[in-house]
Amino acid sequence: MSSTLRHAGWVLRGNPVTAFAAAGTFLLVAVAVLAPWIAPYDPITSNVSNALKPPSAAHWAGTDQLGRDIFSRLLAATRLDLTIAAAAVSLSFVAGAVIGSFCGYVGGRLDRWVGRLVDVLMAFPLFVLAMALVAALGNRVENIIIATAIINLPFYIRFARAEVNVRRHAGWVEAARAGGDSHAAVVLRFLLPNILPAMAVQISLNLGWAILNAAGLSFLGLGVQAPTPEWGIMVAEGARFIGTGQWWLVAFPGLALMLAVLCFNLLGDGLRDILDPRMRT
Amino acid sequence: MTEPLLKVENLHVSFSTRGGIVEAVRGVDIEVAQGGTLAIVGESGSGKSVTAYAVTQLLDRSARIPSGRILFRGDDITRASSSRMNSLRGAAISMVFQSPRTALNPIRGIGRQIMDAIEAHQNLPKAQVRARALELLEAVRIRDAAGRFDAYPEELSGGMCQRVMIAMAMACNPSLLIADEPTTGLDVTTQKTVMDLLARLTAERNMALILITHDLGLAARYCRDVVVMQEGKVVERASTAELFGNPQHPYTRKLVAASPTFESTVDDLVGEAPRPPAPAIARERGAPPLLDAEGLVKRFGDVAAVDRVSLKLGRGESLGLVGESGSGKSTISRMICRLVDHDDGRLLFDGEDIGSIPARDFHASPRRRDIQIVFQDPHDSLNPRFSAFDCIAHPVKRLVKPQDAAELKRRVEEAAERCGLPRDLLGRFPHQLSGGQKARVGIARAIAVEPRLLVLDEPTAALDVSVQAVVLKLLDDLRRDEGLSFLFVSHDLNVVRMMCERIVVMRQGTVVEEGASKDLFTAPRAAYTRELLDAIPHFEPQRALAG
Repeated sequence: MSSTLRHAGWVLRGNPVTAFAAAGTFLLVAVAVLAPWIAPYDPITSNVSNALKPPSAAHWAGTDQLGRDIFSRLLAATRLDLTIAAAAVSLSFVAGAVIGSFCGYVGGRLDRWVGRLVDVLMAFPLFVLAMALVAALGNRVENIIIATAIINLPFYIRFARAEVNVRRHAGWVEAARAGGDSHAAVVLRFLLPNILPAMAVQISLNLGWAILNAAGLSFLGLGVQAPTPEWGIMVAEGARFIGTGQWWLVAFPGLALMLAVLCFNLLGDGLRDILDPRMRT
Repeated sequence: MTEPLLKVENLHVSFSTRGGIVEAVRGVDIEVAQGGTLAIVGESGSGKSVTAYAVTQLLDRSARIPSGRILFRGDDITRASSSRMNSLRGAAISMVFQSPRTALNPIRGIGRQIMDAIEAHQNLPKAQVRARALELLEAVRIRDAAGRFDAYPEELSGGMCQRVMIAMAMACNPSLLIADEPTTGLDVTTQKTVMDLLARLTAERNMALILITHDLGLAARYCRDVVVMQEGKVVERASTAELFGNPQHPYTRKLVAASPTFESTVDDLVGEAPRPPAPAIARERGAPPLLDAEGLVKRFGDVAAVDRVSLKLGRGESLGLVGESGSGKSTISRMICRLVDHDDGRLLFDGEDIGSIPARDFHASPRRRDIQIVFQDPHDSLNPRFSAFDCIAHPVKRLVKPQDAAELKRRVEEAAERCGLPRDLLGRFPHQLSGGQKARVGIARAIAVEPRLLVLDEPTAALDVSVQAVVLKLLDDLRRDEGLSFLFVSHDLNVVRMMCERIVVMRQGTVVEEGASKDLFTAPRAAYTRELLDAIPHFEPQRALAG
């Protein structure tokens, strides 16, 4: 373990961009966990007499049309957005890695059929799928998570399939068979752990996407509902006031979104360097 | 004496890496005269390739030449400008690389690639360049050169690709040709034709040849002078006859001793007193052979990769399976290990029909433990995310099912110890181990479950010759001490002869010849066996030096 930490330290020192991304990610997660305690105001209680105030010492990011403190709402929204993104990505990662690994290992007819299904799935725009799901199952956050997970699934399936496919004839895979493991055990215990470093990169990039997706869906009014603080809704509500010069309603949630996506994207490459044992000596 | 064509003086090459500066070449002097042939011999990491790359300035960016001079026809080209080097490379100094398939451009026809090589240095009309390229293809004996002019590299065999590479290197009649392991990865008969061709063409054109190789036999057969390198330094230089007849440096002696010849035994390779041959284990009357394979067939599509092959292997016996690539020997070893299913035939292990158990279910069979395999590439056969301990422990956990962690640990350490693997290496990951250590882990893993039959699929093909010697010795000891039966698969007849009492020669999925190792070597019956024996590059070191 200490060698992993030392290696991580080495990667971060040699790569300030990754260090920045890691710090940003850490900050986001900390905010998500601590939001209720560090928010200076209640993110939901409205105070109309204080509406549409520009950023000031009392309200760092200004107030919205109902007089709510935007900074507090931003903090509270971090938790919801990260939860949605993490849940969606975990779902699609677990399902995609297992399905893709088996396709890559078994090949043949299974591989061809799953491949075509994935193609069909990739042709669906996220918003259409989400609307269909919401229409069928109801406008709930869970369904938004499922929609996002399904949309991301093809990437994981293809990725895992390709990574396993190049390794399936490796000597150590045959050795595992000779060592008494069944095909399923070889896939789950030998091949999956070996493709994890590469997939971790994908996960990190995907988290950024998933956050954007979640925000995009609530921007359209799907999933998360109005007084709940959420970056997408905040942008949607604030958009009405751009024309009259109240820019802070949109700018701050937009910046938060950008920072989150940027951090996760930059973290991807750094993660790969940290997780790949061959990079360690 | 005339000025040498190439003179390398006190060359140092270092690489800056994460771990600091690594000195790959530490003061090398080399001289080659016009028309001379020089072999640079050494094991991996000896700096032999780096030396050659330094001459052509094809070194990696992280490389530096802190001191030393490279003189080509008397000119110092050590730090020549890239435009000067571009005009030299190909025209005056050419290289033939190790893996022809990756050195050729996969999306360009072979004829075009040769034309490119000519056009890089000569301004000639297209038709003339084309005619010259065709001539070159014919010179390297590409059959139907005109018809294959537009063929892509993947349509040609490895040997053919290497001939195209040679044609490219010859395109502008360079005066120096550097061949970096030109036949590694090729079959032994292909190796012979490629090397014969290379030697003939360079001699005809009075080119100097630098052959970089790990194979002493190849160096002895094709070069007049030899330089032996170890850890970035030249340890010995001499004419071929002198060097192999009377090696001076201890490292050279070790290397010469470790190279298998027609007469050497496993003990010779590591410089030990010879022991009597392994005593055959008497077969009980009426007891079935340990392995009895009959009429094995494996088809891939319409092609029979293995066509009705029958093998018998007794207890404690060692059977060699020899053949070139595509002979089906690896497929047979996997069928016998029950890793792939056969399409037809019968497979009996100790009288029990194991062929009827599908390969996918064989992992649960009690016989799984009895048949183990050691793979070709020790690096590729270890899970990169497992430590050496985990690699060896995995089959023990699955197949022996030890009572507790202490028993597991004891078994793993015992297996490692029998393979000469120090205990403190067990915590390391494969990438932290050397090739020989990885090979030991692979063998320890196979014997940890106490199998009765060990299938060895080219266990030393990826190893340096001195490491190969030690690994062969280890395998021989294991067999003597534990009464294991070996199915030894290899392309190297010398190695198989030392390790096995009987040999089966295969070609294109069928058995060509079968017989006792001694007879097969002294009186081969099949023409193909003779051809194989003939193609082995060898030298005859004086036997006196062993004693």
